[in-house]
Amino acid sequence: MRYSSSIPPSIEAQGAPCGPASGAVTWTPAADRSTFRHLEANVDKKEQWSPPRSPCSSPPRSPLTYRSYPYAKQRNGVDAQIAYESKHSSRPMVQLEQHSSPSNYGTKPTAEHPAMARASSAERLDHQGVVDYTDDDPWRITEEQLEYYTNQFKSLQPDLGALILGAVAKNFFTKSKLPIPELSHIWELSDVDRDGALTFSEFCTAFHLIVARKNGYPLPETLPPTLRPGFMQPAEDIPNIAESAEPLIVFEDTQLRHSQVDRSVVERHQPSLPTIKQELTEESSQQDVGVKRGVTCQEKQTLQLGPFPERPEPPQELDPQMRMKTRPRSYSSTSFEDAMKKAEEPPTPPPRPQKTHSRASSLDLNKLFQQGAPGVKSGWLPPPPALPPRPPASQVPHFINVSEKTPQNKVQQPNFADFTHFREEEESSVKPEEQGPRSRFGPSTEDLTNTSKQDITAASHGQVPQKPIRRKYHPESQNLETPPPSAMPFPTPAKTSQKLLSRQKREIQMAIRKNKETNAVLTRLNSELQQQLKVVHQERVTLESQLELLRPLAST
Amino acid sequence: MAVCIAVIAKENYPLYIRSVPTQNELKFHYTVHTSLDVVEEKISSVGKSMGDQRELYLGLLYPTEDYKVYGYVTNSKVKFVIVVDSSNTSLRDNEIRSMFRKLHNSFTDVMCNPFHNPGDHIQSKAFDGIVSGMMVQTG
Repeated sequence: MRYSSSIPPSIEAQGAPCGPASGAVTWTPAADRSTFRHLEANVDKKEQWSPPRSPCSSPPRSPLTYRSYPYAKQRNGVDAQIAYESKHSSRPMVQLEQHSSPSNYGTKPTAEHPAMARASSAERLDHQGVVDYTDDDPWRITEEQLEYYTNQFKSLQPDLGALILGAVAKNFFTKSKLPIPELSHIWELSDVDRDGALTFSEFCTAFHLIVARKNGYPLPETLPPTLRPGFMQPAEDIPNIAESAEPLIVFEDTQLRHSQVDRSVVERHQPSLPTIKQELTEESSQQDVGVKRGVTCQEKQTLQLGPFPERPEPPQELDPQMRMKTRPRSYSSTSFEDAMKKAEEPPTPPPRPQKTHSRASSLDLNKLFQQGAPGVKSGWLPPPPALPPRPPASQVPHFINVSEKTPQNKVQQPNFADFTHFREEEESSVKPEEQGPRSRFGPSTEDLTNTSKQDITAASHGQVPQKPIRRKYHPESQNLETPPPSAMPFPTPAKTSQKLLSRQKREIQMAIRKNKETNAVLTRLNSELQQQLKVVHQERVTLESQLELLRPLAST
Repeated sequence: MAVCIAVIAKENYPLYIRSVPTQNELKFHYTVHTSLDVVEEKISSVGKSMGDQRELYLGLLYPTEDYKVYGYVTNSKVKFVIVVDSSNTSLRDNEIRSMFRKLHNSFTDVMCNPFHNPGDHIQSKAFDGIVSGMMVQTG
């Protein structure tokens, strides 16, 4: 019957004056559902739901409407509006269908489920039955739901990677006619980064929670793991979730959109659960829908209390972690990166004399390298450590230059670890590259600034080393020039050792100078950051004062 | 462990107040109300501009023989008041500061919630959880 009647369900649904049915799910989806049911075990749920719906007080239409909307889109792709109409008209149809639904679905207590659940169930039915039976977790978002959420997100914010502001989301979710405290709680659960705006995953989470709440699921105290922003990935969590979700599913089978899957899962996992379901469904089907719904809801809720404590625990563990991670961000509006960026922005990087010097030095180096056949001697030039401390403005350019000279930084950073070998490097191998000095500078500065931001140090390293190169090259070049030529005619190990010693001395001196310069640079940078922090603090204060100004308007 | 925690709005009306239920709550409400005078006094004594780095943590407002009252005020003149039992001498100043910091963070989260109108009573389970964690764990 179901399936046959499903043929023109859309037509009938539209034509049939449903009237009393409150926000019934679109019948066209129901019709389709029925067909799907063949394929999906979940179908039963929906069908069964419909009959209980009629007697029960119809849930507010708006949520259904906007819930069934996606359904229609998913099912028929065209029936969005039809769904609205069909909802009302389809109720009687649905009821008929439900009655005719096979008994095996009877396990689901249809009575309790509000119309909204039907809509959601319809959504679920389509894909869930087909997708996988492990997806029984009511808190897992199905593909069609995700698609619907995506469309809704796009209607609010075309860019999927952007955020939905709190006010926009508030207006949108208020349409669901849920009480404000519940919406507030949903927001608390879904806005995991505590930024007052919703990313796409957060939006999906919030929407999913709203739909679940509409379907009668009590709101969880903590965010279920499947609704975390990383819910898309954890395929491995399915077994765990399924286990924990089973009891939840059992209790709320009618209300759960995923009950379809749940049932299958439950049956698989725990034979006892289906019995419970059957009891519930039997009760619901027998007695008044409205009454049963309340009873079963209560039962479900009480039953749910059991599994709930188990599940929230792991989410709680993660939540504090996530919150702790995000805490500093929310607590202070500016993170270090922001401060650094701000530091970078105001000061314009002065033209780097080093570039010219570096070029010159590179020329020298080239000469030296060419001359210094051994290579070791030529290597001396690159690592000149000490450079005059840069002005604070130049510190900011450090970042810019750092970004510009990422390769240099990379070279430097790897060299950080080499600082311990710095002295050894002097003796061992001098890198006949301009980066050589920078690398050495890096390690030396690193020691000085262990706590400082390595980026800054890297930046400073990148920049400072160039200066030393500039300076050093001159004096060194003289020395090096002489040694290399001398080395050339006398490539004896003794002379090389002497040169090494002298080089080491120079390197040490340069390292000392570099360290001092780095210290000064970092000190200036620190002061700049402190100033920025104050600026940000002031901004925060102004925002708070504005908030205070607005608040009396709201309260009064 | 606090005995009573209160959040007072800028207009000096309570946004959130909770005390250990076994004790006389009215007494704590009265204590918090009287502590507001001390808070105002401390705020005005600073006398600097709003943007200046005024210390948010006010410290011990006034001790009585039964309990001590600590205060904390945000830059938007929202005040947090914590009443602790005097017999609990193990609580150090840093602990009180950390409690206020947590309160402030949680309060900021509540404010970020678009469904919460500033000036409304705070009805946030997360905030309740934070406060419960700080309250004296009595039966």
